[in-house]
Amino acid sequence: MTRGAEYYLAIGANGHTGANFGGAMDATARPLPRSVYLAGARAMLPLTPAVWLFAISFGVLARSAGFDPVASVVMSATTFAGSAQFAAVSVLGAGGTVVAAVAAAVLLNARYAPMGLAAAGAFRGGRLRRLLEAQLLVDESWAISQTKGDSGRPRFDRRRLVGAGLLLYVAWVGGTALGVAAGDGLDPAEFGLDAAFPALFLALLVPLVRTRNAFAAALAGAGLALVLTPVTPAGVPVIAATLAALVGLLPERRLRGAEEPS
Amino acid sequence: MTTAWICVAAVGLATILIKAAGPVLAAEWELPMRAGRVVALVGPALLAALVATQAFASDDELVLDERAAGLLAAAAAIALRAPILVVVLAAALTAAALRALA
Repeated sequence: MTRGAEYYLAIGANGHTGANFGGAMDATARPLPRSVYLAGARAMLPLTPAVWLFAISFGVLARSAGFDPVASVVMSATTFAGSAQFAAVSVLGAGGTVVAAVAAAVLLNARYAPMGLAAAGAFRGGRLRRLLEAQLLVDESWAISQTKGDSGRPRFDRRRLVGAGLLLYVAWVGGTALGVAAGDGLDPAEFGLDAAFPALFLALLVPLVRTRNAFAAALAGAGLALVLTPVTPAGVPVIAATLAALVGLLPERRLRGAEEPS
Repeated sequence: MTTAWICVAAVGLATILIKAAGPVLAAEWELPMRAGRVVALVGPALLAALVATQAFASDDELVLDERAAGLLAAAAAIALRAPILVVVLAAALTAAALRALA
């Protein structure tokens, strides 16, 4: 694996993305900065239609829950986190209190704290710039910005995160506006779109699992989340899965058959 | 101010702060070696948890539905080293086809 090729393989198993941005790079050159933003956006393309359709259905749901059109779009523009928005709107729509709605959403979004911490070192510039760029952090952009660094350890690329995040942001806010305007029933599940998300996360997970510890962390994380799902409020299982990262305290060993570090 | 707007403002503000906490506060934080190894594994742990919950959880119940079949199709596509678009499409089409048949 060459150094320059890292950016190509962050998405997709084992570098088979078929992507080649500009085609001008040789095996040892670092990619141009702009091409990395584009790489992030391009890596996000396969999932963008699914995100867009979910945004439309969020707009529809928010309207039916009694949100006025502007409030629905403002929520997508400021919260920019699908599951929390669906949860908050569903709670209010079902007659729940504001406190319950906000609590559900905050609980679901709490996972962005450990995600932001893991990616913190990749951000650049002053506090305001970091704060703004951090808003582009969602599950998908975070996952896509994670590249396999030297020694097989994950590393974050801010430019990939911004590229992927901006594309998603436009799709999410635009889709919400469309859903608010259309206001008519549309079920993403009918197109199997709800199955697209776990598939993407699995495709992004596989290249990261190159050491015994990473494998153990992934297994423990999935196990913890599943065990906790029936007994804790929504949002807790995924946050608790962060604890699985503690296996990093154990000595590290490469998985048999895994590639040597580049 | 309506209930909806209070909800929008509170959730929005909380989310902005949660997302920014790490990148703003931990920016100059030099991680000790051991802590660095732990933080590096947050990715695999959280991604695996997202796979598990998005494929097998429905609210607070564990379910085995068309999404599981989609995930299986995705795993097969990954094993065959298919591009990401094929992986995602395999999962969506499998789930959609099974639902259409049901």
